[in-house]
Amino acid sequence: MAYTIIDTGGSRSFPAQHAFTKGAAGDGEVAVIIGSAVGAALATLTDREGKAAVLLELGTECLGAYTGESRGEEGSNVLGFARFGLGNGEPSNLIELVRQPRTSETALAAAKQIFEAAGLQTAVCGDFAGRIIDRLVRPYYNAALRRLDEVLASADDLDTTLKLGLGYPEGPIALLERTGLAHHYDVTQGLFEAYGDPAFTPARRARVAKQRQRKA
Amino acid sequence: MTTEIKTVGVAGSGTMGAGIAIVAARAGFKTIVYDTRQEALERARAQTAGFFAKSVERKKLTPAQVEKIMGDLTGTTRISDMAGCDIVIEAVFENLKIKHDLLGELNQVCQQHTLFASNTSTLSITEIAAGSGRDERFVGMHFCLPAQLMKLVEMSPGIRTSDEAFQRAWDFCKALGQTPVRTRDNPGFILNYFLVPFNNDAIRLVEAGVAEPADIDRAIKAGLGYPLGPLELLDMVGLDTHLLVAEALYASTRDPRAACPPLVKRMIAAGRLGRKTGQGFFRYSGNAMFGG
Repeated sequence: MAYTIIDTGGSRSFPAQHAFTKGAAGDGEVAVIIGSAVGAALATLTDREGKAAVLLELGTECLGAYTGESRGEEGSNVLGFARFGLGNGEPSNLIELVRQPRTSETALAAAKQIFEAAGLQTAVCGDFAGRIIDRLVRPYYNAALRRLDEVLASADDLDTTLKLGLGYPEGPIALLERTGLAHHYDVTQGLFEAYGDPAFTPARRARVAKQRQRKA
Repeated sequence: MTTEIKTVGVAGSGTMGAGIAIVAARAGFKTIVYDTRQEALERARAQTAGFFAKSVERKKLTPAQVEKIMGDLTGTTRISDMAGCDIVIEAVFENLKIKHDLLGELNQVCQQHTLFASNTSTLSITEIAAGSGRDERFVGMHFCLPAQLMKLVEMSPGIRTSDEAFQRAWDFCKALGQTPVRTRDNPGFILNYFLVPFNNDAIRLVEAGVAEPADIDRAIKAGLGYPLGPLELLDMVGLDTHLLVAEALYASTRDPRAACPPLVKRMIAAGRLGRKTGQGFFRYSGNAMFGG
């Protein structure tokens, strides 16, 4: 299926060339809007209803911020998506596809098809802050940082235990140091504001890293 | 690594007990598995034979080696048969009274030098040891699931555990070919302290209709490189086991994320316990032991 990419600049999903961006055509049945100004591009998109699907790159915001919501029955051919990545690390191979209750199944199938044809994997989720992964891992990362402060074990022992015990490729402390504690602060603070759940409260070490970043 | 331990007892022939027995027998120890239920022993032995058959297929072991291992691995329903063990590792339900009753009986049967160890994942080692009659020779040895494949063992001394007993258990763990990591006697130690709330959060995403189980697992595996998704892992652990572990952890920590989501109780009531009943968050066609 042919797709067109409208790049508004500053895409977090595709900061560099990828098979997906290389596979775009001039006038496709699917419109993919990436970058930091997707709302404005959506507003000016011609023949929006005539597209098989319109895909908006999301940051931490919900798809409903662009499409509107009504009585739990919202949904159209417009979907959200984000390629998952942790902070300063390389983006992963995963696309989280965001749907609404009445999203067109045809549009969803078209979205899956074009991403998977480019070698990416897709996971479909509802339109909730943090989608799947951030909602699951941020409380875990906060807990790991807190337990480090409480000297449950050394950073190396915490990481080793979680790698050997669960087969994780990297322990939480090394991962957060590699990808940026300040970035973790930004994401988990946003989730705390969205849900008010104390599990998302940024851990002390993340707050300190953010303070250090602000002072730099 | 040398150890004076020659004979290993494993109390309980469920998923963890059977896996620990495989580890011990495969490492060359004479291994006796005790369970009050003959049918549980027979089921575990059949699964163990299937596991070693796969080991032969994958050329990890020869048929002669498997014959020797299976010969060194016996099961019993008579607790008196545990008298000759140098260490007994209990892997029964996560219930303090059940463990105290079992350990009290073992204490009457076993010799003075015999070490007792608990594979508990959530209960306090010190509290379990207090009902064993030999709290100075009691250690926490938490094997990871599936025990027959995972190298890590979280080892925790209780408050009254002697340094000598802990060192003997540590040396034995290394002689098993495992990788011990010392942890404090805290609820959930390291692994379950993080894993149980994480898995509960994944169940809550299903409950809240955020995503389907397959999408959640795919996201975690593709996005983070984890070998298993949380719901696939829960099916392997068994939702009845997860409920016990989560309730024990919640009772110790009062952490709301440790509290088991209501969906788990509904699935248990419906007989969807995971792999062992053929359906949990996913459907399964067999109940073979993991790996080989």
